[in-house]
Amino acid sequence: MGEEFMLNNVQEITPDRLVGEASLIKGQGCRFVTVTCTDLGEAHDLIYHFDDKGELRHLRLKLPHGATLPSLSGVWFAAVIIENEIQDLFGITVTGMAIDYKGRFILAESSPKAPFNKLGGIAVDVRVRPAAAAEAAAPGEAL
Amino acid sequence: MQTTATRAFPTRNTVIPFGPQHPVLPEPLQLRLVLEDECVVEALPAIGYCHRGLEKIAEKKDFIQNVYLVERICGICSFMHSLNYCQGIEELMKVDVPRRAKYLRVVWAELHRMHSHLLFLGLVSDAFGFENLFMQLWRVREHILEIMEKTAGARIMLSVCSIGGVRRDLDDGQKAETLRVLDQVERELEELLPTLMNDYSVRQRLCGVGLLPPDHAHDLGAVGPTARASGIPMDHRQTGYAAYGDLDGVTPVTETGGDCYARIMIRVRELHQSAELVRQAIQKIPAGPIAVPVKGNPDGEVLVRMEQPRGELIFYIKGNGTRNLERFRARTPTFANLPALLHMLPGCQLADVPVIILSIDPCISCTEC
Repeated sequence: MGEEFMLNNVQEITPDRLVGEASLIKGQGCRFVTVTCTDLGEAHDLIYHFDDKGELRHLRLKLPHGATLPSLSGVWFAAVIIENEIQDLFGITVTGMAIDYKGRFILAESSPKAPFNKLGGIAVDVRVRPAAAAEAAAPGEAL
Repeated sequence: MQTTATRAFPTRNTVIPFGPQHPVLPEPLQLRLVLEDECVVEALPAIGYCHRGLEKIAEKKDFIQNVYLVERICGICSFMHSLNYCQGIEELMKVDVPRRAKYLRVVWAELHRMHSHLLFLGLVSDAFGFENLFMQLWRVREHILEIMEKTAGARIMLSVCSIGGVRRDLDDGQKAETLRVLDQVERELEELLPTLMNDYSVRQRLCGVGLLPPDHAHDLGAVGPTARASGIPMDHRQTGYAAYGDLDGVTPVTETGGDCYARIMIRVRELHQSAELVRQAIQKIPAGPIAVPVKGNPDGEVLVRMEQPRGELIFYIKGNGTRNLERFRARTPTFANLPALLHMLPGCQLADVPVIILSIDPCISCTEC
């Protein structure tokens, strides 16, 4: 195990610089690895991972809720699969995708919207925190 | 072959939904194939038939419970997922895993690679119509499953990997039995594999089919045997995780054909490589404890990767100092190989589609975890 696993090689960018920076990285011979999306509440944290001859490097950006994300599929076609997954699971609108499933790549019409976002009210798992769940159900009353 | 312009009758494109239920697919995947006569001109994937939301469940479970959760991402290479997860948490919590545990992890990881490759070779034999070879290869695979049951207590879901080490040890009898079974497996493969490698009919079905040139493999982000069959020497065991850094022969197995035959040959050759790695690990295994106690909760973020039978497996783990993770994300090798598959299919015949799909050894339950 090495230090590369601790996400040291991270470059913070803004969404409008994403395609340009990714094009530069592709020009250096890097391989597209994947994208990781995390809901931070007020924004999404997106990390784009690339492999540079065995070393990982990353582009990181914050995307406010409701903002659109430019697609990388014009630079790397491989990005189209994960971008569609992120569009489904986090409700982020990705513009300019080579193949756009319009939110139906993984989810069906009857599925919950953006199920991987953190939303108040469904965050308490009774199997993990039964006391908190009971408190949420009936404030002030003990089980 | 006639071109479209010289045909007596104009051709019309036909769209065929290939899957999600198809005799050659053990798991649900749909490809919408656009055909011109019998020739594929475009393929579009449709997934989502078995998405379980495991990444979300992992945020609700205790980070120790997650070892058993992530093991269920895949019913074939389950041990690899638990190993990668444990290595990620150990990296976050700065846990120093005992050397004996690292060697034991290599033993079970390589046994898992062997059974996974044998499963694949059997399935692909069945796909190109060689049912007897399918049955024989799975008969050999059974020896590997039996030795995993004898050493770990289960055939597939071993549940022996834990944060800080492993939960079971190997005694001298189990080590000797493992070595004996490996010899038996290799003897039986010596009889079977020449048929797979040299048979005229098999080569006719595989050679030159589903081509993936190396530059396309790189651009499309292909990983594992799919990339190595196109000549890309990428194998993350070379980074030396677990005890791979102490073993000889951890070099990428590559082929240059970039076709279905090359992708199958990679697995054939890796079977012998894995058997040799298990032998080395058993012979070199040091004495000592097999686990250390782990205290505290994970905090911070880590991106950990390893070489699973199908290729590069990546987990992103973000802890927040509590028992629950802030975020867990899995990028499995089949997910990375889907764009390459979409590139292989256009230009092939409809009859070759099942073989080409199977040549990347797709695992849809991994892909849709």
